[in-house]
Amino acid sequence: MNFPFQKALRLLLLVSGSYLLSACSDNDAPPPSPPPPPPPPAMASFDVTVTNLTNAQPLSPVAVIAHQDGYAFFSVGSPATAGLEEMAEGGDNSALLAEADADAMVIATGSGAAPIGPAASETVTIELLDRERPGLRFSVGTMLVNTNDAFTGLNAMQVETMAVGDVLTIQGIAYDAGTEADSELATDIPGPAGSGEGFNAARDDQADQVAMHAGVVSRDDGFAASDLTEQHRFDNPVVQVRISRTD
Amino acid sequence: MKAMINAALILASLTGGNFASAADFSVRITNLTNGIWFTPFVVAAHPDGTSLFTAGQPASANLQAMAEGGDISGLVADLQAVGATISENPAGGLLPPAMSADVDLNTDGTSNVLLSVAAMLLPTNDAFTGLNSITIPTNPGTYTFDLPAYDAGTEANDEMITGGGAPGAAGIPADPGGLAGTGGSGAAAADANSNVHIHRNTLGDTDAAGGASDLDSRVHRWLNPVVRVVVTVQ
Repeated sequence: MNFPFQKALRLLLLVSGSYLLSACSDNDAPPPSPPPPPPPPAMASFDVTVTNLTNAQPLSPVAVIAHQDGYAFFSVGSPATAGLEEMAEGGDNSALLAEADADAMVIATGSGAAPIGPAASETVTIELLDRERPGLRFSVGTMLVNTNDAFTGLNAMQVETMAVGDVLTIQGIAYDAGTEADSELATDIPGPAGSGEGFNAARDDQADQVAMHAGVVSRDDGFAASDLTEQHRFDNPVVQVRISRTD
Repeated sequence: MKAMINAALILASLTGGNFASAADFSVRITNLTNGIWFTPFVVAAHPDGTSLFTAGQPASANLQAMAEGGDISGLVADLQAVGATISENPAGGLLPPAMSADVDLNTDGTSNVLLSVAAMLLPTNDAFTGLNSITIPTNPGTYTFDLPAYDAGTEANDEMITGGGAPGAAGIPADPGGLAGTGGSGAAAADANSNVHIHRNTLGDTDAAGGASDLDSRVHRWLNPVVRVVVTVQ
C-alpha cells in the first residue's frame, strides 16, 4: 500500500511550504495573517470490481495494482515470479503485492478481503494523486482455487484517459502459471474441491512459463485419477473486471 | 462547482447520444461453431438502463424460456415494454454452423442507444449466447464483437435429449444436426452456480447408445467465442 506513504509525503510538503513562507516574511511589516493552507493535491479514485463468471471455481482474494509502463506481474512465455507462483498455486497474494510495492513503476496496490465465489463480486478501491494518472495502468490477479495453478486477471490495462464517471468493462481469461503440474489431485488443490497443498516452491510443470490455460479435464471426462468433476470445468472468459473512475 | 460542470457535460453528452446518433445500422450474426445450432435470435436496440441479463445475477423467467427452449416471445414482450427497436428471428429459423444472418435496424426518433442479441445453443440444456447492452456506435465504421456461451444456471446440464424445452422441464429439446446419441444416464446434476455464468462447455461422450451423455464429445463441444456480431454504421 503506497497510500500512507503518499499521505506522509503530502504532510511533508505542507510543513516545508509553511516554513518557506514564514522565512520570507518581512520583520518591518505588520504581523502577517497566517497564510491560507495550500489546497490538498487533487486525487483520483477508481473502483475495481471483479465478478466471478465460472460455474464452480472460487477466486482467491484479488490483487489490484496501479502502475506505469515498465511493470507487469506476468508475461506469457516467461517464468512466473515467486510472488505470482504463491498466488497461482495457493491463493495468497501477499508476496505478489510485496513484489509490486517494491517496484518503482508501481503507484498503489490493494487487495480483496476474501475469496469471490461463483457469481459473486468484490470491489477494491484504488486512490492515487491525480498527477500520477498520465500513463496509468491497472493489473489485476486472482487464482482459480479449484485448480493446480490457474490464475486470471488483467495485464496492464490502460486507464489514463478515463474521466470521472467513466466505466471500462473488460473480460479476463485463464492462464496457467507453469509452476505446477496439472495433476488435478485433491492433495495439490487448495480450494474446496481438494483442501490440499497450495504453494510449493518446486516447479514441475511441462515448461516453466506462463501460458494460456487449457482447462481442467475432470474425472467425468475420462481422467480417472482426477479429483475434479465436470462442474469444475471452465471456458473463457472467467472474470469480468469493471473499472469505474469515481474521483 | 467542478462537479456541477461535470454533471452538465454528462447530461449534454447523454442528450447528444439520444437524439444525434447515427441511427441506421446493420447487424451480421455468424455462427462460429462446428456442431452447434442457434434457435431464433432476438436482436434489439433498447434504452439506457435496460438489459436482457446480467452475468452473476439470476436469469429472468423470460431469459430462462429462451435459454432452455429457444422461446424469445417473453424477451420480445419485455423489450416492447421499454420501447425497443426489435428484430425477431433474422435467420428465418435455426442458424446452422458457419452460417450468417443479417438485419438492419433504424432507431430514428427513439432513445434506443444500446444493442443486445441473444439465442439458445442447440443441443444444450440451457446454454445461450448474448451480446449484452453495448453502446451502439455512432461513427461510420465496422465494429466486431465476439460472443461467449453463457449458462442460464436454471437447468441441470444432464445432456439427455428428451424434447424438454419448456422452462423447468429437464432435458435437451433436440439436436438439429442429428448427430446425438441416445440412452445417456445424465451427465450432470444441477449447476453449482445457479446464476448466469460462462458455460463450462458440454461434456459429451463417445458412446452413441449409452454413457452419461447423449451428446458426442467430438461434435458438440465448443470453445468461446461461439458467435461473431458485426455492426456496420454507414
